[in-house]
Amino acid sequence: MFAANIKQVAALMQNGQLSAKDLCELCIKRMKRIKELNVFITEMPDLALNSACAADRRIKNGSGDILEGIPIAFKDNFSTAGIRTSCASRMLKGYVPPYNATVVEKLISRGSVLMGKTNMDEFAMGCGSVDGAFGPVRNPWKYRFEATRRDRPGAAQSSPSAARIADRGRQFHSASPSQCLDVEADDSAEWFIAGGSSGGSAVSVASGAVLAALGSDTGGSTRNPASYCGVVGLKPTYGLLSRHGLIPLVNSMDVPGILTRSVDDAVVILNALAGHDPKDSTTVFEPFKPCALPDVASIKGLKIGIPQEYHAPGLSSDMKDSWQHVADIVENAGATVKRVSLPHTALSIVCYHVLCACEVASNMARYDGLEYGHRAKDESSTESLYAASRHEAFNNVVRGRILAGNYFLLKQNYDRYYVQAQRVRRLISQDFWNTFRSGIDILLTPTVLGDAPSYRWFSKADNRTRTQEQDVFTQPANMAGIPAISLPVALSSNGLPLGLQLLGQPFKEQQLLTAAKAIEQLVNFRALDFDKLLYCD
Amino acid sequence: MVSFFDASLPGTLPVLNRRCVEAGILTALALQCRLNLVSMFDRKHYFYADLPAGYQITQQRCPLAKDGHVEYLAPDEDHRKLVLKRARLTQLQLEQDSGKSLHDVEMSHSLIDLNRAGIGLMEIITEPEFCSAVEAASFVRELQLILQVIGVCDGKMEEGSLRVDASVSVRRPSEPLGIRSEIKNLNSIRHLMRSIEFETLRQISILESGGQVLNETRAYDVETGETVSMRDKERLHDYRFMAEPNLPPLRLYTNDTVPNGVPSDQIINVDELRAMLPELPNAKRERLKKQYGLSVEHSNVFVNEPTLLECFEKIVANQNLQNVKIASNICINEVLAAVNKKNIAFSASNLSAESVGELVELVQDEVISLLTLRKILEVLLQDSSKLPKQVIEERGWHQVSNETALENICCQVIAANPKVVDDYRDGKTKVFNYLIGEVQKKLSGQSNVKAVVRIMKQKLDT
Repeated sequence: MFAANIKQVAALMQNGQLSAKDLCELCIKRMKRIKELNVFITEMPDLALNSACAADRRIKNGSGDILEGIPIAFKDNFSTAGIRTSCASRMLKGYVPPYNATVVEKLISRGSVLMGKTNMDEFAMGCGSVDGAFGPVRNPWKYRFEATRRDRPGAAQSSPSAARIADRGRQFHSASPSQCLDVEADDSAEWFIAGGSSGGSAVSVASGAVLAALGSDTGGSTRNPASYCGVVGLKPTYGLLSRHGLIPLVNSMDVPGILTRSVDDAVVILNALAGHDPKDSTTVFEPFKPCALPDVASIKGLKIGIPQEYHAPGLSSDMKDSWQHVADIVENAGATVKRVSLPHTALSIVCYHVLCACEVASNMARYDGLEYGHRAKDESSTESLYAASRHEAFNNVVRGRILAGNYFLLKQNYDRYYVQAQRVRRLISQDFWNTFRSGIDILLTPTVLGDAPSYRWFSKADNRTRTQEQDVFTQPANMAGIPAISLPVALSSNGLPLGLQLLGQPFKEQQLLTAAKAIEQLVNFRALDFDKLLYCD
Repeated sequence: MVSFFDASLPGTLPVLNRRCVEAGILTALALQCRLNLVSMFDRKHYFYADLPAGYQITQQRCPLAKDGHVEYLAPDEDHRKLVLKRARLTQLQLEQDSGKSLHDVEMSHSLIDLNRAGIGLMEIITEPEFCSAVEAASFVRELQLILQVIGVCDGKMEEGSLRVDASVSVRRPSEPLGIRSEIKNLNSIRHLMRSIEFETLRQISILESGGQVLNETRAYDVETGETVSMRDKERLHDYRFMAEPNLPPLRLYTNDTVPNGVPSDQIINVDELRAMLPELPNAKRERLKKQYGLSVEHSNVFVNEPTLLECFEKIVANQNLQNVKIASNICINEVLAAVNKKNIAFSASNLSAESVGELVELVQDEVISLLTLRKILEVLLQDSSKLPKQVIEERGWHQVSNETALENICCQVIAANPKVVDDYRDGKTKVFNYLIGEVQKKLSGQSNVKAVVRIMKQKLDT
């Protein structure tokens, strides 16, 4: 069941072989099983069952919508009416929005069943999903669940129960949240990060709790966890999907990201979401032509570029080998593979840090605790109230970026930092335009440096260091606004997924996804066998 | 009644209000500005409780329009005549309004009203062109009029439709401009004038005692009539301007440049808007002067009183008047004066063009005196269903023109005032008016003044 795709599941429901209610109950059960992974910030089993039953009624009455009854999840930075939306921050821990994000509205109105809001890095700042107020997300790959650990010979008798681990993860950390000392101290088994900042959404799909999840992508936040969790992560062209209701990180780079187990499923979701939204002035007017992929996708005749600058320091040998291997496969399948240069690639991270900090300083200025959000008790003056509320409720990553951003935006610094970064941004974009203009259709690169790092290793350095390291391959696509997709292609020698990235031309999702499907069919990656992991279901 | 975006709820995005953009363009055209066919939006950051997002969306880098000028009438130095002046403008930009704070000092808390937050504003900035409070006030009045005529704003300062910030500085002649202070949020012409007058004197006395004027923001205290420093806004503000990433550049088109493929509700055509502009106040004044030979003062009054002007033009069109001056005098000096006294607008008075026209006719034909006219107006203002001729009939207010009757009255008055008559015959011609006044009294003001004057002169000179 959990290996099926959306089309297959929809067909089962149309034929009456599976009810949406039954599917929903299976997902609820799965969600319980994976509680230790700390995937969901808010779960709504009762609401979901109601939606599922309503979908069943509509299917009986003849609704043929492919999305009826399909279980989905949204990252907790998507505004959901009547359902807590926290951005994994103390600042919004009790915030219940009065409206749905456009992408939420679109999927729900087509009959999708919302199972929960997923965990993330606070305000989407991070690449590990470890820096949120509700604790870190754990990668299901090679995860030793409580149940399995208990059954293994020689397992520590004093291992805490799964429930307690999850609870501890949900406590608000007064110290730096990236050092989850509680968990580390008690947890003898090693676990791997899910990537970020949309880690929860990626795991919800990888673990079979939902059939599709939405994340967001500003510097790689959908593609990075997709790579680490062995699922498909699509970053659409900027301006194709509406950001209305997506709580912003960097307005000029954010897009809603799509996480699924197959390229076909990503297409179903993309087709449901793409198109102009009058509520978002940055969406384009051109009517969207839904993507239609052939059953057997071909890569023949496509010109694929391999950017030499993506042979970056730190690239693991496993990843390098996979990259080479797939380049060979596509060449054998009839594509032309050519070496290209994107000379300004290395500048992307620095440029991103400046622009991101500036936007963060600006976007976070609204959090004063007056209209919504955390309000401190110090009311001696407006200024002290603001300062206390913001200090108490933002983690040090958010605060650091606000301070840096305000510094960059000072009148005397504006030209040297903000304007200069915008100029560099144009250079980075131009690298892509020049490459595409020279006849290249699509670029093939690694998504990240290697397989998922262990939490122990990852938490040794701070958030900023890690994003600087890990975002190198994903970040440039956000600078230029071009579409990009991460595909799982192989397992590393450590048994963890490796993802490769395809970069496409603006608004040419049809071409990009066709190539992605072709590669998907060529590599035939084996998805996570969850039942094996859990021993029982 | 506050939208999610105006309350700064997370995830909400700005969408430009088309009507605001059109209003900005119409205003820029009416004020002779140069439109920027591409203009940009920026965020201006500061923390204040009535600014929910922590920033205001405005146009700092590239506003909707630049330059421009306004011609307006202001009293000359002797305050006798109205002269035409010209004020140059710097720019016109679109931006968001903030909410309103209400401070309760006793309870030491503040209430924030967000109803106004996010409403579209046009900010019009002038060059430092005004040399007196009355000049500034005259300019603002003209601006109000223009905005009302083109239909973008009712200009009612007391209702908050128009707010003025006045930057004031003083200097000795031929010196460069002095350091300025800014008086914020003036919401009436009277406050504007008083605050500028006070501030001017305040700065002069500082300079004369050897001090320096501070570059600061000040508020006008209505109770004391003084300007006071707004200490908490005094700190040096770095607004950390940043481009507004959620609003693409605003593009305006002309007939030649309208693109294909863009939905028509997204296209703003400047040429179409220009064609919609009505006759502007100053052009109207010039036209009235030429067309009817009116004085500057009268043409100005009519431009400020559109319904009265309508009435006047109807009268002049319908009757082949020899003397347009009588009609304008009666409209302005009598009718307008009468409704002003009663504190009502002419449009609210229910006086018809027919009524007023009849009054003009009656005066022109010397059937009634001005005194009688005023009495009739009084009646009409109570009961506008009647026409003047009707009122005259009902009250018997016919003007006495009968020569014999008038002669008799004149003789009576002469006989009753021997001393005055002697004074007159001695050369004190001014007392003549007293004698005429006595005749008027006896006839309850219903005498043909011209005839009375003629007869009285005759009698006195014999």
